[in-house]
Amino acid sequence: MKPNTHFAFFDEGSKKEIRRAIMKAVAIPGYQVPFASREMPIARGWGTGGLQITLSIIGKSDVLKVIDQGADESVNAVSIKKLVYETTGVELTEQTDKASIIQSRHRIPEVALTEDQIIVLQVPMPEPLRPVEASELKTKSMHAEDDYSGVWLMLFEQIMKYGKTATGADHPVYVNDRYVMAPSPIPRFDNPKMHESEALILLGAGREKKIYAVPPYTNVESLAFEDYPFAVETFEGKDCHLCGSTDVFLDELIDPQTGETIYQCNDTSFCIDQLNKKEEVEVQTSYA
Amino acid sequence: MGYVPVKGGTEAIDASIKRLKYERLKGNEIIEIQTIISTMRGMIDQVMSESSLYSPFLAALAIKQAEGSMEEAVFLMRAHRSTLPRPYYSKTVEPETMLVERRISASFKDIPGGQLLGATYDYTHRLLDFDLIDESSESVERWLHNYEMELQQVENFDEVKYFPKVVDYLREEGLFEKYEENNTAPKDITKQSLQFPSTRSERLQVMTRGQTGAVTSLGYASLRGYGQVHPTVGEVRVGAVPIYVGHPDDMEDDYYIGDIKVTEVESFVPTQVKNANNEYELQFEIGYGICYGQNETKAIAMSILDQCLEHPEADFPTHDEEFVLLHIDSVESTGFISHLKLPHYVTFQSKLDSVRQVKKGVQEVEA
Repeated sequence: MKPNTHFAFFDEGSKKEIRRAIMKAVAIPGYQVPFASREMPIARGWGTGGLQITLSIIGKSDVLKVIDQGADESVNAVSIKKLVYETTGVELTEQTDKASIIQSRHRIPEVALTEDQIIVLQVPMPEPLRPVEASELKTKSMHAEDDYSGVWLMLFEQIMKYGKTATGADHPVYVNDRYVMAPSPIPRFDNPKMHESEALILLGAGREKKIYAVPPYTNVESLAFEDYPFAVETFEGKDCHLCGSTDVFLDELIDPQTGETIYQCNDTSFCIDQLNKKEEVEVQTSYA
Repeated sequence: MGYVPVKGGTEAIDASIKRLKYERLKGNEIIEIQTIISTMRGMIDQVMSESSLYSPFLAALAIKQAEGSMEEAVFLMRAHRSTLPRPYYSKTVEPETMLVERRISASFKDIPGGQLLGATYDYTHRLLDFDLIDESSESVERWLHNYEMELQQVENFDEVKYFPKVVDYLREEGLFEKYEENNTAPKDITKQSLQFPSTRSERLQVMTRGQTGAVTSLGYASLRGYGQVHPTVGEVRVGAVPIYVGHPDDMEDDYYIGDIKVTEVESFVPTQVKNANNEYELQFEIGYGICYGQNETKAIAMSILDQCLEHPEADFPTHDEEFVLLHIDSVESTGFISHLKLPHYVTFQSKLDSVRQVKKGVQEVEA
C-alpha cells in the first residue's frame, strides 16, 4: 500500500486541467479564471495556488527558484522548494537570472526578468473588489460590467480621510486597460515591475481557487488619481548596510549592538550578488 | 558564494521535523493501524467524511501520522486524494437499498419497518468508565463470546430486509408534495470550482465534506435564532450502501465495487405557502443531510443548512450560500488561519510606510 509519487505530484489529468486554466488566464489578462484547486501537501494559504501552477508547468529541464517575502532561505520557501524537488528532481537555484521558473510570495525580484522566465506569484486574496463587496457573485458581475466605482471610491475615501491614498501592499492595478486586478500583496514598490514585464507573470490563489495572468509586454497601471499620483514606498536617504544598494526595497532592522535602525536589501539573492561583485572588483584591483 | 545575510531555513526545518517525530515516538509506544481501525471508529468516520475519501485504512494511517489531530489527518487525506486519478463515477446510490444498522424517526413513533436503535451513544450516561483502564484481551474475548451466544437466541431473517423511507409513507398520505425526480448529473466540485449561484448538488457536496464542528455550529445557529428553521427529524438512518460502477459501453451489467457506511438524514421543516386562494397554508419541506460513517450530529446539521440554503431570500447568514459554503471546509479554514504564522515582513513594511507617510502628510490635500 505504498504508492509511487507521480512526477510533479499531480496525476496528469489534474495538470492538464490547471494548464487549461492558465492558458485562459493568459488569453484574458487580469481576468480571474476559476479552477478546481487541488488540496496540496502544504496548507491552504501557504502558497498552494502558486505551487499548483509551478507543478503543472514544470518540466525536467527547468531551473526553479522559490522566494518568500524576498528571501530564498525563508522557511516556507525552503519547504516549497523541497516538495517540488522531491517530486521532480529539477535543478534549484537562488540566482534570479539562472531560474526559468521563479515562485514568489509577495515580492518581484530586483533584477529585471526576461522573456525566458516565468514568475509565479502566490495570492491570498485574488479579488481586488473584496474590500468593497463581500459576495463573489456580485464582484464577478462587477468585473463583467466594468464597474469599478467601488474600488475608486475606496481610494477616494482614503484621500478624504488621510490626505493621500493609504494602501499598503496589494495596491490594485488595471491590466490591459480592462480588468482591475490584485497584484498579490507585493509592495507598491514592485507594482511598476509588472508593467510591460518581459517575463510572463502567473498568479495563483489556491484557497480561493483562481488563476490569473499578466502576459509579457502588457500594460499594467496602478490605480491612482491625476492629482494624487501613485506613490511607492520610499527609502529616501537609506541604503543597504551590507551592499550599499539604494533604490531597492529595504527591510528595516534593529542593530542588536547599537540599537539603531539599519536597513538591508529585502531581496537576499540580489544582495549577495552585489556583495560578490564588489568582492570581485576588490580582488581584481588588489592583484592588479 | 560570498556573504549570506539570511541563512538557516533549511537546517531549522530539518530540526523542527525531527523534533516533531521525537514528540510522536518519545513515549516508546507504537499504535498499530489495525488498532486504530478497530478502536477509533468515530475518529475514522469523521476523518473520512471531512476529507471526502472513503478508506478506513488510509484514515487510520493519517490519524497515526497526525498523532490524532483531526485537522492534520484530514489535511493528509485531502492531499493524498489530489494524487489519485479519478476514472469513474458511480451509479446513483439508492439509500433505500441501505443495509440498515440503525434507523429512527423523531416524527412518528410507529413508522413502517419500526424503529431500530442500533449502536448509539444517545442513551449512555457520560460517566468515565474507569474499568477500561484495566481492560484485558481475555475479558474482551469473553464478552464477545457471550454476546455472540446472546445473538444466536435472537430470531434471524433469511432474507435481506430493506427499510422503506419514512417520507414515502407520508407522501402517500398527501402530507408532502411529490416532486419529479431530478436526474441531472451532479456537478463535481472537485473538478470544477464552485460558482455562484450554486446548484443543490454542489451545496450538498460542500456540506458533506465540511468540518464537523463548522457544520454543526452553523446548523445550531440557524436552529437557535439566526434562521427560521426548526426541523423535526423525519428519519436518521445509518448503514452500508452498495456502490456500483457502470460498464463504459453501457451494454453489460454494472459492477459492484463495494459498500460504504453512511449516515443519512431527512428533516421535515414546516413552511408557509400560499395556496390557489391566496391563503397561507402550512406545508413541509425536506432538508437533506448525508455523510460518510456514523456522524449523526453533522448529518442533522447539514439537513438544516440544506433547507436554509433553499431559501436565500431569508435575511440570515445561515441562508447565504457564500457565507455557509465558503467557510466550512476544514482544509481551507485551518490553512488560511495558520498562514498568519508566515512572515509578513514586506507587507507589514509596506503598511508601515503608508502610515508614516500619512503622518508626515506628504501629499497636501488640495483646497
